[in-house]
Amino acid sequence: MNTPHITPDDTTVRAEVRAWLAAHWQIDRSLVEWRQLLVDSGWGMPHWPREWHGRGLPIALLPAIEAEFEAIGAVGVARAGIRLLAAATLLEHGTDDHRRRFLPRILTGEDTWCQLFSEPGSGSDLAGGTTRAEFDGTRWTVNGQKLWTTSAHHAHWGLLLARTDWDAPKHQGLSFFVIDMHQPGVEVRPLKQMNGYASFNEVFLTNAVVPAENQVAKIGDGWKVAMTTLAHERRNADALRRWGQGSPHAGRIYDEERAEIETVMEPYRWYPQRAGRVDLVLPRALATGRIADPAVRQEVAKLLMLSRASEWLAQRARHAKQSGKPEGPEGSLGKLVASHVARACAEVHALISGADAMLAGADSPENGIIAEILLSVPATSIAGGTDEIQRNIIGERVLDLPREPRTDAGPFRDIPRNPPRPRS
Amino acid sequence: MHFGYTGEQEQFRDIVARFLRERSPMTAVRAQMASDRGHDPALWRGLAEELGLTGVHVPERFGGQGFGLEELCIAQEELGRALTCAPFFASAVLATTALIELADEAEQQALLPALVAGERLATLAWVERGGLWSASASQLVATPDGDQVRLNGHKHYVIDGLAADLMLVVARTPGSAGDAGLALYAVEASAEGLTRRGLATLDTTRRQAELVFTNCVARRLGAGRDFTTGFARVLDRATIALAAEMVGGAHALLDASVEYAKLRMQFGRPIGAFQAVKHKLAEMLLEVELATAAARYAAAAADANDAETSLLASHAKAMASDAYMRAAVEAVQIHGGIGFTWDNDTHLWFKRARSSAVLLGDAAQHRERYIALTAVAA
Repeated sequence: MNTPHITPDDTTVRAEVRAWLAAHWQIDRSLVEWRQLLVDSGWGMPHWPREWHGRGLPIALLPAIEAEFEAIGAVGVARAGIRLLAAATLLEHGTDDHRRRFLPRILTGEDTWCQLFSEPGSGSDLAGGTTRAEFDGTRWTVNGQKLWTTSAHHAHWGLLLARTDWDAPKHQGLSFFVIDMHQPGVEVRPLKQMNGYASFNEVFLTNAVVPAENQVAKIGDGWKVAMTTLAHERRNADALRRWGQGSPHAGRIYDEERAEIETVMEPYRWYPQRAGRVDLVLPRALATGRIADPAVRQEVAKLLMLSRASEWLAQRARHAKQSGKPEGPEGSLGKLVASHVARACAEVHALISGADAMLAGADSPENGIIAEILLSVPATSIAGGTDEIQRNIIGERVLDLPREPRTDAGPFRDIPRNPPRPRS
Repeated sequence: MHFGYTGEQEQFRDIVARFLRERSPMTAVRAQMASDRGHDPALWRGLAEELGLTGVHVPERFGGQGFGLEELCIAQEELGRALTCAPFFASAVLATTALIELADEAEQQALLPALVAGERLATLAWVERGGLWSASASQLVATPDGDQVRLNGHKHYVIDGLAADLMLVVARTPGSAGDAGLALYAVEASAEGLTRRGLATLDTTRRQAELVFTNCVARRLGAGRDFTTGFARVLDRATIALAAEMVGGAHALLDASVEYAKLRMQFGRPIGAFQAVKHKLAEMLLEVELATAAARYAAAAADANDAETSLLASHAKAMASDAYMRAAVEAVQIHGGIGFTWDNDTHLWFKRARSSAVLLGDAAQHRERYIALTAVAA
């Protein structure tokens, strides 16, 4: 009689991971050395397949395992930034060779990654990219421009979406590659934003080289692969906040982890201000005495109500998901309502600050935070899908309204597009 | 706090919705709008006897079903969606809640069962000319006269004041001011010294009346209970129930607008394919869903006697007022010229939205109350 495959339960897995950690965890190891142990044992990504540095465990067991790590302060594999999106993409679409070459160094944190999707001429219309990749029988030559590339200045590898067929329709002419960022054909320049930060880069690709073996999936399947990456990006957005915090403990391994997080999270320093900082609204209205102004009271109330109701909407979506009910409209509305909250925050902060809203830096209220809010909020309704695109999605997928007639079918070559962005 | 309905609650909603689709279609709404009485007694019996809606939130010892405000609000959402002409808000929400929160046990025993059974209609009259929604603005005077009380003064904007058999009236003792001296009084429709006049209303699906009291005989209720705290509970709960009715109406406007945008062809395509229309509808959906979340959260909080109930009632009403009115304005716009015609149903919800936005305090008043309660807590 065959022994049925037994899925370990919470208790047995906890005992197993606890024993392994007790035998291996040492805070005076180097970060990479420790993570190599995680990679070899599969405890770094327990839900990944056994043959690829995981243990094949169900995702439902992850919280229990993470709790054991936390209990003794053990550091996990490198997770912040684009690297896990790269790993998820390669696990799903890569070759065994890709997985062997790239996955271990992603998990140890030795390699950092970036995502070369958006272009100056294709933002909302991501599939309209014009970066071209041409094959000469042994290798690909890439020419074009990418934009909004977080971490490109320190990345070792890039996930590249490039056009390989100009006669195919827009979505079918794209292919997916892994490109070495440290080569002469790749030039990375910081892109300074209206709030003064330079969190993103523009990347110029001039006869950059991609060896044949770095092609991911079939030629023409690039859009499908990119969708996998973006799906993981949305899923990881929440978790990023958690991983973006170093452990408070002292010791070599913690110092190294903090330095890693510092580098990866640097571009995101202004993100709380981008969301509007609703938490500062009432305290500042009270502290400045502006709460006595009836006009201020009305606007503060509108904002606090909007913000709190948006949390209830999100909780309703989570509740529906947990109880296995069909997804209601709540989930799709989150991104759009966040824009409304952010915009209202900027207006109300300006209203509360009065003449101080003209000032910046240390002269601005809250040591510059208010000025940073006013100048960062406009990004909220653009980044990760503009409000206009969100309204299209809500209109078409939730309300089932008809799509606009397409004018971009047929060979990509014939579709009107933007001139290249000039190099400054 | 929970963020979704139980299976039983969903079933209850389906039953109410189906009943209203069959028994209160728009043809019936239009017929009752134009009728003298303003509602159909047969439909009222159906709501009370077949569905038990009139007692959904009333304790079982008074013939009710013993559920809470949450269930009452499910009914309210559906009644608002169907725009049903019925004295439900006046009798089942305002007057019934007032008896639960303000009357003594014996008075409840005497008065509630007939209301729950749908045999008698009641209303709550506390607002006077000038439209201040606080009971403390009441000027109607109650003067003791032996065992009885004589009322002198008036009440205005009394919901279904002509249809009611029983009027629960807020009045004050002679010479009192503010919250002091206020109490609830029962006046029968047949009482001598009561003159009732129907008011011409923007929204003819919900009637209003003016009541004039001239040495009118009345009976004091709730001598053993605290009026001020009890009445605040009544208004909070009625405000939440009204917000629920309003988000139901807003959903109806949204659904009708989406449906129309899919069918109406211009320039060779359905107008819903144009982003100008599509994006308007997406924003409508967002605003209506936010208001719905606020109304439902408030109802659950009130049932849990949450300390935030008053604040949440104002939150729900402010958002419902804005969302319903915006949905009404946009619904007319999306329907275009046809949306401005009498034959199209959009204006019926538009009128309900406009008057409900004001009823029990408009959005600005509730925002002010919200911030007053928030700033105190901070």
